[in-house]
Amino acid sequence: MERVDVITGTTAAAIAAKLSKVEVIAAYPITPQSECIEVLAKFIADGELDAEYIKAESEHSAMAACIGASATGVRTFTATASQGLALMHEMLYIAAGMRLPVVMLNTNRALSAPINIWCDHQDSISERDTGWIQIYAEDNQETLDSIIQAYKIAEDEDVLLPVMVCIDGFILTHTVEPVHIPDEKKVRDYLGVYEPKHAYLDPDRPITQGPVGVPECYMETRKQISDAMEKAKKVIKRVNEEYYEIFNRRYGNGLVEGYNLEDADTVLVAMGSVCGTIKYVIDSLKEKGKNVGLLRVRTYRPFPKEDIKEMLKETENVGVLDKNISLGFNMGALGIEIMATLKGKKVCNYIVGLGGRDITLQNIEEIIKHLEESEDGETKWIGLKE
Amino acid sequence: MVTIGAIIYEPGNTTRNKTGNWRTFRPILNTEKCVKCEICYIFCPEGAIYEDENENFRINYDYCKGCLICSKECPTNAITKVREEK
Repeated sequence: MERVDVITGTTAAAIAAKLSKVEVIAAYPITPQSECIEVLAKFIADGELDAEYIKAESEHSAMAACIGASATGVRTFTATASQGLALMHEMLYIAAGMRLPVVMLNTNRALSAPINIWCDHQDSISERDTGWIQIYAEDNQETLDSIIQAYKIAEDEDVLLPVMVCIDGFILTHTVEPVHIPDEKKVRDYLGVYEPKHAYLDPDRPITQGPVGVPECYMETRKQISDAMEKAKKVIKRVNEEYYEIFNRRYGNGLVEGYNLEDADTVLVAMGSVCGTIKYVIDSLKEKGKNVGLLRVRTYRPFPKEDIKEMLKETENVGVLDKNISLGFNMGALGIEIMATLKGKKVCNYIVGLGGRDITLQNIEEIIKHLEESEDGETKWIGLKE
Repeated sequence: MVTIGAIIYEPGNTTRNKTGNWRTFRPILNTEKCVKCEICYIFCPEGAIYEDENENFRINYDYCKGCLICSKECPTNAITKVREEK
């Protein structure tokens, strides 16, 4: 039976992993992710979930265990954040390179130094090129739905890539919201039993996984991953629609979500929970007769170039909010990529909310005002103290 | 054709996939100087030296990676090197 619980984002993710019937969880606790794996540990201890729980000594080991488990052909899950994600770095490439459908929750948090446990997107943005699909959820409901969808996407024969679902640390992880929890059987029917065709352990079928890739073949393996990323765009859109038909919820077209885009000549582009704040500002401006739109990028990888180009073709003022900074280029990663996507168009970039700095309604209004007055694309840090 | 995830489904497929193509120096065995002591055969880390039907030692360049241990160990200096040309 579908029910509504008032829960945090991390609990929503844990429930989603349980509904997805994961068989191996390997994890190491790190703020602000800890509650997610605590809840999963409790599920297993209480006999609600039949899974192996591997208490790893670090995130590097947690991902290594997930890779090993996934290579035997079972559904695996882990969760991490910030320094933990950075510690997994080399393992992330291996999961993607071996084409293992590992699913992970990343609770976005700033990187040291100075030590900061609060939210920004620098951790997952830094893992942009590892070959992982990245989904950025806006709220706790989307967190739950995205984890379930992530297995459907990752295990698709056209994709076979690991997926990380990114949620904003504390803003979602520690805030309770009403979340619709789908019926367990419905989710199991939807996902089905995981039956890997290419990578699984079978004594009657000895295989070598993770062999040496000499110069004669390595480049081809990279091209295959690149092609799989392209194919993933279609799969993510399809999964979004299928999910809507069964569970009655969808998020834009799966890759991007437009909000009040029609007739808006000023559009903000952003990812994650700040989109909720932006939508609120858009609604209040609309009452004053002003039309501002939002384009929410849901999947940062694969990057929905074509959709963004199409949706912003009439837009004159494009402002991109980044909760990360590419040091030495003085722009955020999303800003750089939107600029490259909309070649020649004015794109302003706003660096916001680093290390948990609040992004207020006034900040969003300030951004919109600056964007409308600015002649050229420029980068502006918002909310800095004098 | 590389499989998805570069998985090897067929054991022993290096009989088809050659691995000796990153050589910088190519060892050359002079069969006249060779006394068939088998030291090169024993020391070759790749198993790329073999004895042919006439009991002469030969180097299989499909797998020789050019480490030149054979040349270093040969007591009669029967194995010399030339730079590999591509």
